[in-house]
Amino acid sequence: MTTELFTGAEMVVKSLSALKVKYIFGYPGGSVLDIYDAIFQQDEIEHILVRHEQAATHMADGYTRATGEVGVVLATSGPGATNCVTGIATAYMDSIPMVVLAGQVASTLIGNDAFQETDIVGCTRPIIKHSFNCRSLTDIPDAIAKAFYLANTGRPGPVVVELPKDVLIPQNKGPFSIDTDIKMRSYNPNVKGHTKQIKKAAQTIAKAKKLVVYSGGGIVISDSSELLTTLVETLKAPVTNTLMGLGGVPGTHDQYIGMLGMHGTLEANKTMANADVILALGVRFDDRVTNNVEKFCPNATIIHVDIDPTSISKTINAHVPVVGLVEIVMQQLIDELKEINFTPDKDALSLWWQQINLWRNVKSLSYQQDENEKIKPQRVVEAMYKITNGEAYVCSDVGQHQMFAAQHYPFAKPRQWINSGGLGTMGFGLPAAMGVKLAFPDKHVICITGDGSIQMNIQELSTCSQYNLPVVIVTLNNRSLGMVRQWQDMVYGGRHSSSYMESLPDFIKIAEAYGHVGIQIDTLDELEDKLTQAFAIKDKLVFVDVMVDEKEHVYPMHIRTGAIDEMWLSKGVKA
Amino acid sequence: MRRILAILMENEPGSLSRIVGLFSQRAFNIESLTVAPTDDNSLSRMTIATKGDDKVLEQIVKQVNKLIDVIKITDITDRKHIERELLLVKVSAMNDKSRTEVKRITDIFRGNIIDIGKQVYTVQLTGDADKLNAFINALQNETEIIESARSGCVGMARGDQALRI
Repeated sequence: MTTELFTGAEMVVKSLSALKVKYIFGYPGGSVLDIYDAIFQQDEIEHILVRHEQAATHMADGYTRATGEVGVVLATSGPGATNCVTGIATAYMDSIPMVVLAGQVASTLIGNDAFQETDIVGCTRPIIKHSFNCRSLTDIPDAIAKAFYLANTGRPGPVVVELPKDVLIPQNKGPFSIDTDIKMRSYNPNVKGHTKQIKKAAQTIAKAKKLVVYSGGGIVISDSSELLTTLVETLKAPVTNTLMGLGGVPGTHDQYIGMLGMHGTLEANKTMANADVILALGVRFDDRVTNNVEKFCPNATIIHVDIDPTSISKTINAHVPVVGLVEIVMQQLIDELKEINFTPDKDALSLWWQQINLWRNVKSLSYQQDENEKIKPQRVVEAMYKITNGEAYVCSDVGQHQMFAAQHYPFAKPRQWINSGGLGTMGFGLPAAMGVKLAFPDKHVICITGDGSIQMNIQELSTCSQYNLPVVIVTLNNRSLGMVRQWQDMVYGGRHSSSYMESLPDFIKIAEAYGHVGIQIDTLDELEDKLTQAFAIKDKLVFVDVMVDEKEHVYPMHIRTGAIDEMWLSKGVKA
Repeated sequence: MRRILAILMENEPGSLSRIVGLFSQRAFNIESLTVAPTDDNSLSRMTIATKGDDKVLEQIVKQVNKLIDVIKITDITDRKHIERELLLVKVSAMNDKSRTEVKRITDIFRGNIIDIGKQVYTVQLTGDADKLNAFINALQNETEIIESARSGCVGMARGDQALRI
């Protein structure tokens, strides 16, 4: 009996099939043409051709954030691979599993400054979880299987697999086998929380008079929002979500006090500042949450649960550190609370909620919309919420619109809110929305963006035509780089250095040129009708260009160098 | 304060660059770094001498441990441990006086003269960093140092404790 032999390129595709990959997001080029040839000759995996490799990474990323499945990117050597760098960094900062297959020049040419040669392993070293270089074709299945395993376990993240041209070519063949049950002696992520720490955490919680639960992206990634909700309901304590953790508890839940941080609600930040115990779940005390770390919640005992030990006590010292998968630790904690017959201290709780409700009554997210004035961006988000019943996938770019969406669209479920929280990548929104739409063609998928961000990957309107991805793009058009302008207003004496877009295109014509539908909204009276009309169109991409008030700022906002609860509530008004 | 970290890692291409990259990316300090395969050729052993307060050290240890290639890392500073560094130093030995002095100092420090040229001696000395510094100072008082090379320290815990898989 003869063993069937395969080329390296075929092994790449067979490995991906074995790992149940449905889509590859990519762009062909010289060093990966053999892989493209292998893709052409099979029909298990569909390749999605983007118009720029950065978009391939964001599209894979959006697909992953919505489905939980590892996204796969394929790019050629040199510029193809370097174009992926921003998307890899975006995924890295938000702990999104991703496998990037990057072509490389032939091994014999590496180091010679060959055509389209870049040391992509070197370029991406600080922004990946790990990387592999396949030196022979037999390395390929193992590298790809390990890449998936590493990307999707522990704290997830992107993994790069470099594939030199000479291991892919048809002249070079070998037998194929893949072992997807990976064990690595150097990698054993801790999954269960240490029993002693769990007991300590439960005792700390039981003694708390002013407890707050602060939860983040870890809850979303681990699909443990229901468990979180159960825990929170057991504790009867207030819960706040980070920007990455929105949807971790339903946005309309009684105990939910809104997002915290730089543009969080006053009640969330005040509750944090006044808490005696903070239960931090799957968060990393990002600087956009803490404000000045020196002044951060001085009276609180902090219980910090995270899978990544480096996140614990990195910026804020944790009094009770618990390393483990947040879903497992939460269950351990629930069990331990039962074990010690935990019941919340009713009197303390009632006082605590009385205080929180006073902060809530400030209504820190309120804004002023006069009927005859320009449309306020917040109103657009509220209208979208109403029309989509709060059930849409909302994919955001970066800037004021991102914060308005985070504040005014209460997400019922995790994975519904998709944004570049850590890296803050403008140009993320549209390709991410395309990835979501590919996975959920029957759901409303919104790309909320601005006139600045949308132009950073606007070429993807072409990909949307090719693969029929009818997302609804809602551009909050303020004819300026709004968040930059806001900082210039507040910190730089109103000097609008390069924040004004003087030559905006006609977005409607652009949309139409790609075969999509464009809808222009200029006044408040037409807002709801035209948005309703936009969401009623199911089979075509709709580009809604909404003219909004360019002077509107995002509030509340941290006062720089202040404590977490020192905030501007509106222009010139401090909390 | 100065800390000595012992690291056991996969002997894979790129492993060293991941460690070095991590230190520069996160603005950690490297005083010295030595690395070589161990008796098990699939493993590399690295010793890093670094500086930082407790908080920085905690991050260094955690961040290094997070690298996929790293199997184990321990901070051996506070344990009973052995720390050794190798020094090769080429000194001027032009006349009887300097030759005698170099020989005498070398003997005192239990070093070895391992090569001679027409006008130079090359001396080898092992020890901890303090001993090597003292030796260099002593030589400088008697003659001219033409060239010196230090290995950076390697370290190991004393007694039965072992860093192994």
